[in-house]
Amino acid sequence: MLTVRIIPCLDVRDGRVVKGIKFQGLRDAGSPPELAAAYEEQGADEVCMLDVSATPAGRATRLDWVREVRRNLAIPLTVGGGVGSVDDGRALLEAGADKVGINTAAVKNPLLLTEMAERFGAQCTVIAIDAAAGEGGSWEVVTLSGKNRTGIDAVKWAVEAVNRGAGEILLTSWDRDGTKSGYDLELLRAISSAVNVPIIASGGAANPMHMVEAVNAGADAVLAASIFHYGEYTVAGLKQELKQNGIEVRQ
Amino acid sequence: MSSDRVIVVATGTANTASVMAALGRLGEKPRISEDPADVEKARALILPGVGTFGAAMAKLEADGMVEPLRARLESGRPTLAICLGMQILCSNSDENPEAQGLGIVNSRITRFGDEVRVPQFGWNSMKADAGCRFLTEGYAYFANSYRLESAPGGWSAAMAGYGGPFVAAMEKGMILACQFHPELSGRWGLELIERWLGAVGGESC
Repeated sequence: MLTVRIIPCLDVRDGRVVKGIKFQGLRDAGSPPELAAAYEEQGADEVCMLDVSATPAGRATRLDWVREVRRNLAIPLTVGGGVGSVDDGRALLEAGADKVGINTAAVKNPLLLTEMAERFGAQCTVIAIDAAAGEGGSWEVVTLSGKNRTGIDAVKWAVEAVNRGAGEILLTSWDRDGTKSGYDLELLRAISSAVNVPIIASGGAANPMHMVEAVNAGADAVLAASIFHYGEYTVAGLKQELKQNGIEVRQ
Repeated sequence: MSSDRVIVVATGTANTASVMAALGRLGEKPRISEDPADVEKARALILPGVGTFGAAMAKLEADGMVEPLRARLESGRPTLAICLGMQILCSNSDENPEAQGLGIVNSRITRFGDEVRVPQFGWNSMKADAGCRFLTEGYAYFANSYRLESAPGGWSAAMAGYGGPFVAAMEKGMILACQFHPELSGRWGLELIERWLGAVGGESC
């Protein structure tokens, strides 16, 4: 039976793992290869790394740390953040990413998803959607780390992205990210009933019950950062609690 | 150790970094090749695969790899086929109905049904036939939209379920074909590759 994936997320700025609230007030939490290997050892099913470098100089080192992480990681690695072209995607896959997450660039140019999927397959192409709650139970796509509100409906965008070839959705609730108030379950229900690709729930996890709720709302995988980085939960401990709540996990 | 011991076939669309990293952790010095001569001389050949059935076959045809691969597989020489690499051992696929596979296995690859999310992404459990030499029970990482529904005659298989049973992996002598990614399946996956390479170990070119 296919199990629910637990995915620690490493936000990487200038080669160091950081995590803050709504991408502000970043705190240093360790080196990417060390943390990735530690999470694999704890039982993580996959690792996600998002490059949140503020400068081109910070971004220039990205392929080096992807290679370094890959060398010692025997589970899947998704890398996103500032992926603007098929060449960026190719470089990340060659450096050792198994999947590439595309966000802002796909909103600007949806053809990028088509090109990535045709060149590398849907299984390498992840659409990362940051959604903020709008009027009347709808959600708006935000880009550029939340700086830009696009006016695009998140559910419609998810459907278009999948039609263009995205094989998975990394769905982040902009309102919940870093708040520890739980995933946006209504958003998860809306997107999971609109598409048939796997969905990774992101933004707001503080405890195992939040993850149980997300799975029941349609998530195929749950992503979290700070609860792992600061030692509140180990992946193994969290899986034990999920199992006790009837969720199938790999142990 | 010779750098020609383990050859990884360049299938064009595949990201081979994870395969190379896994082999490196096992102490191997693999080489990536698109030279048909390497298919003949490699002690251990790895056929990875990410991308589409048609594109992978077109690349192998363009490189003159199809006949050497068929010859190698038909004579049962040590070959590890991964994900799409396993699918192209078959005759054809729903993914690109016009494309011809290597045809080592006379079966068609079909798409998962609409009752499950596609692609299948994640760790699935499998049970191995008693006849398996390398495959065991365990969890492995899958990333696939298409699958082989039943084990072909003459092969020992490990079966998993996703909207019905499918072949998680199959083996016949020194040919090991995995729908999952052993290189991304943690320690369990590395141990599987290690068992297979260990059996290759004593065999000469």
